[in-house]
Amino acid sequence: MLILLQQLINGLTTGTLFALIAIGYTMVYGIIELINFAHGDLFMLGAFLALTIVTRLGLEDAGVAGAAGGIVLTFLCSMGFCAGLNFLQDRIVYRPLRNAPKLTPLVSAIGVSFVFMGLGQIWKGVADINFPDVIPNQNLLGTDALRFTAKDLLVILVTTPLMAGLTLFVRYTKMGKAMRATAQNPTAARLMGIDVDRVIGWTFAIGGLLAGAASVIYGLTINTVSFQMGYQNGLYAFTAAVLGGIGNLPGAMLGGMVIGLVRSLGSQYVGEQWTSALVFGILILLLVFRPSGLLGARTREKV
Amino acid sequence: MNRSILRFAAAFVLVLASFGVAAEQEGGVIKIVSSLPRTGSARGQTDTIVNGIQMAIEESGNKVGAFTIKYEDLDDATAAEGQWTAEKETANADQAIKDPDVMVYIGTYNSGAAKVSMPKLNQAGLLMVSPANTWPGLTKPGKGDPGEPEKYRPSGKINYVRCVPADDIQGVVSADWAKKLGLLKVFILDDREVYGKGIADLFQARAEEIGLKVLGHEGIDAKAQEFKPLMTKIKATGPQLIYFGGTTQTKAGQLVKDMLGVGLDAKFMCPDGCFEDAFIDSAGAENLQDRALVTFGGLPPEKLTGKGAAFVANYQKKYGKFPEGYAVYGYECGKTAIEAIRRAGKKDRDAVRAAGLTIKNFDGALGRWSFDKNGDTTLRTMSGNTVKAGKFAFMAVLGED
Repeated sequence: MLILLQQLINGLTTGTLFALIAIGYTMVYGIIELINFAHGDLFMLGAFLALTIVTRLGLEDAGVAGAAGGIVLTFLCSMGFCAGLNFLQDRIVYRPLRNAPKLTPLVSAIGVSFVFMGLGQIWKGVADINFPDVIPNQNLLGTDALRFTAKDLLVILVTTPLMAGLTLFVRYTKMGKAMRATAQNPTAARLMGIDVDRVIGWTFAIGGLLAGAASVIYGLTINTVSFQMGYQNGLYAFTAAVLGGIGNLPGAMLGGMVIGLVRSLGSQYVGEQWTSALVFGILILLLVFRPSGLLGARTREKV
Repeated sequence: MNRSILRFAAAFVLVLASFGVAAEQEGGVIKIVSSLPRTGSARGQTDTIVNGIQMAIEESGNKVGAFTIKYEDLDDATAAEGQWTAEKETANADQAIKDPDVMVYIGTYNSGAAKVSMPKLNQAGLLMVSPANTWPGLTKPGKGDPGEPEKYRPSGKINYVRCVPADDIQGVVSADWAKKLGLLKVFILDDREVYGKGIADLFQARAEEIGLKVLGHEGIDAKAQEFKPLMTKIKATGPQLIYFGGTTQTKAGQLVKDMLGVGLDAKFMCPDGCFEDAFIDSAGAENLQDRALVTFGGLPPEKLTGKGAAFVANYQKKYGKFPEGYAVYGYECGKTAIEAIRRAGKKDRDAVRAAGLTIKNFDGALGRWSFDKNGDTTLRTMSGNTVKAGKFAFMAVLGED
């Protein structure tokens, strides 16, 4: 029983990470129907920046207050960096291709993905790098039978407000409304006086912001970064987005959690080597019976 | 019509033959190629192997008899995969086979890659010298899977030799070492590759034989990013030791972190695929301190004597760095390649191949060794190492008692 609970904690913490990245895929898809393959690699670059900052500041040996301040700073820098980079990516690469056939931006996205990966490789080399253990691995519960560590807490403390904030933003702000309008019909939105390019730019920036946050959490909790992490996590996050119904925000969050849980419970009860097969097996089954994903058909709002 | 083709073919053969004769008379170029993962995290290790090969060739003055020796460094990995791929390894083997100057193929680093290129090179009669493959089935009848090693030898002749002792030795001494250290309850993991699963199975067989308690054996997905669920499950079984059959590239470092992450305080033993600085970098030095137990086929560089010690000194002088564990095997393979060409005395693949297999009592950097009838080295010395203050620290010589 305790094991089950432990695996639920394990699954949900990794699941929320996938969810944060998945949101970036799903938002962009919702608005311009582009699968932005470079998103995972953007996440990787964010993690590299976080690594640089954490090492430079020497957070590993800083006191509690210093570490906390440093972590906040790292979050702000990585989030800002990823948001800016994602925005620029749209501006430079995708915007000139706005009216090109669908395949053109898609192939460009793959190209950008390679460029980012190459940059990462030049920046930090090819080997897996240890990310300093800034957050203690200390169990917050009294018993050793069940562990809920400071790292798990960090994941929840950061992801919950971000996801809640995003949901509120999309639902209640003017920009959020503009995003939903653009997602439904860009031409009509333009006719209503919405600056569609600006809305798309915002979408990329917000997606990048969340990827930046996810990258810092990833570094602090998983403690290994490498230039390939974007590809692997991007694949899972993309799967999460499709599972939840691509273009659908709550769907991406749900999809991330489902994948995290399938991985942890699958490892416990089926076997570690089957976890990936399980995840993609479930995806295939779901797409056969519910092609639009878990939440895809239920809501009309795409962003 | 037929006749003219025949005539043309005859002329062509004559021209080719005259080229061949001319080449043999004037010496000419002989190429040695290596195929190693030069992209991805094995890079640190393969850099030192390549340096070792280059040193061996340079020490011969880039000459054997009248032949000029050229060396070509091929990569069997891709950036996207971060480790070797079957496509690249096949392409490298094809490239070597098609180039008539290539007489020796040094490689591979991964046993899985060797499985791909061995049959091709065997048909071409090209001598293959491996600095790092340890899967027993590549050479030893009855020690690998059914059909091994015959399926790597379609021509019926042996063309593959290795300078490194195989895992049937390493797996056994690892289990013995665990028992000696009093680590009696063990959970076994492997990366589901030829090398990793192979050595983990051998470890398990020996562990059961000598009375260690094997709590479980699972394969991991080396592409996964974290293993907390797996470690949670393992923790519940209460192991004193986790044995991982795998390499740095297949997530050894992350396994250690997640083991500690779920509060599991056990030792972590892994084979020579983790005997590289990249493992310490990826796992975090403090996580490995006195916890990691790494076996290696041969002695670590600082324990080498005689020619081996001279190699380490020259290496440091030339490259300004201390060599990694496999550098000396690169060097020894380079020496083996040159010795094979010297013994053959001519630019002929089959002669070089046959000559390579006859190397006996070779006085090299690893000591005095021979190739046995399967193409395996007669060396059996293994070492056990741990990590102290971010460096590998020698603990014990294994397998000699």
